[in-house]
Amino acid sequence: MHNVIDHGQFGAATAAGEESPLQLAWRNACPFVVVGASWEVVAHLGIFPAQFFPTLESIVARFAQLTASGVLPHHAFDTLVRLVVGFALAACAGVTAGVLMGRSRRIEDILLPLVSIGAPIPGLAYAPLFLLWFGPGNIPAVALVGFVSAFPIIYNSWTGVKAVKEIWLRSAQAMGADDRRLFRYVVLPGALPYIVTGLRLGLAQAWRILVAVEMLAAVPWGLGWLIFGAQEFLNTDVMLAGITVIALIGLALEKFVFQPLENFTVVRWGMMT
Amino acid sequence: MMRAAVSSLWSPSLRRGALSMLVVAALYEALARSGYFPQALTPTLGAVAFTLVASLRDGTMFFHAAATLYRVVIGFGFAVAIGIPLGVMMGRFRPVENFVLPLTSALMPIPSLAWVPVFILWFGLGNTVSVLIVFYAALFPMMLNTWSGVRSVNPIWLRAAGAMGASERALFWKVIIPGASPFIIAGLRQSFLRSWIAVIGAEMLAGSDWGLGWVIFDAKQFLDADMMLASLAVIGAIGFLSERLIFGSVERATIYRWGMARSARG
Repeated sequence: MHNVIDHGQFGAATAAGEESPLQLAWRNACPFVVVGASWEVVAHLGIFPAQFFPTLESIVARFAQLTASGVLPHHAFDTLVRLVVGFALAACAGVTAGVLMGRSRRIEDILLPLVSIGAPIPGLAYAPLFLLWFGPGNIPAVALVGFVSAFPIIYNSWTGVKAVKEIWLRSAQAMGADDRRLFRYVVLPGALPYIVTGLRLGLAQAWRILVAVEMLAAVPWGLGWLIFGAQEFLNTDVMLAGITVIALIGLALEKFVFQPLENFTVVRWGMMT
Repeated sequence: MMRAAVSSLWSPSLRRGALSMLVVAALYEALARSGYFPQALTPTLGAVAFTLVASLRDGTMFFHAAATLYRVVIGFGFAVAIGIPLGVMMGRFRPVENFVLPLTSALMPIPSLAWVPVFILWFGLGNTVSVLIVFYAALFPMMLNTWSGVRSVNPIWLRAAGAMGASERALFWKVIIPGASPFIIAGLRQSFLRSWIAVIGAEMLAGSDWGLGWVIFDAKQFLDADMMLASLAVIGAIGFLSERLIFGSVERATIYRWGMARSARG
């Protein structure tokens, strides 16, 4: 469950060489300038109808207008609330289940088959079922986000508890640690790097699934719904403005949630794998 | 070997696992039969199995699965054909890396399914949208894994091969590609998983008459929960089999043979 892309290692490559901050900024901006310029050229040439291929100015204008009128923040806020609630449910249930599975053989035998059957099914495939059971709206969206993101969390917490070295447990026990202390001071810190990885994967999963669920679940507000609704009216500029917000939120999650989380726990305990 | 397999088949954990499945199935069956929920929403397992068998018999399920797999294979194939060379070039040439990485880190956080409405507007309903979504979902893991694989090739190997007179071509095929292979295979696996997730969503949103995702979504309109559960079972089975059979054997044929399993787990 350790992989490159959910890891945010992009910084590693750019760190090489001695460059002034200005050069660095230009180097990172350059590809966007090139792509943006080619987009502008195509849009202005009028090869495609402006409705389908709006110019960057009109996207920016629409973005500013929607932001100023409060529509875009409202959509973004509702999406974030669903993400946080769904993910919080998944984190509580997932870590609990994973740790229990790691500690108790019996619970492992009961839960592991269920988890390994549920995990390979793409989360969205459950969406119509959830919609059927819970009706359209917020409940199926949040439930599905929680359900789907629970799998990597369970799996990693379980692996983490299993990975705690037998010898640590025995030496702690030999030194007279009771079960509670064993758990608090040995098992939990030992498993934490894995749990954090699981949480990160779970959040990434939750984010990926949420936008699609919002399109399917006919929720009144939400970025997915904004994009999907705009399609009916051929508002490509609204759609692209919505996608920009999605990208910004995704980047912010990466920068302000995943990376600090990792620095705080894994690096601090010196367990960076 | 054989005996070990047989005895592990009857290990207590497996028996208890089977038992827990049975208990869950029995609970579900009791719930379905209790009539507490409408029969249309919680069909009995017998009804689901019946629908599954019937749709397999008349071949519709095979057509749906074939349509889905076709989209996955095309999109995933393009992603591999573009992602691996691009990743290798990023690892070998600085300017390519400098150009592609910033774009990637801006595009990566956008879930592939967010593009569905835009692609529908641009390309119309149908196969193109699903294939492109699969491509988008699979490209980045493929590319980034290849890139870090190439970067992880031990420079000593490169220098040793160079000192022994390896040409640029031999260096590439005999050193860089095998050295990067654990990452490339991890990338293939991850990309395939992403494609599989993406194709189901894309088919639901960009409905196109055939495909497992479309079946599930379409069945919802008719409150046809047994069809939904039957297609879910097929989706799960295909995902499980491809993961175990295809990638398991690819892994055995390459990285285990080259003794690189440890670095693959990273």
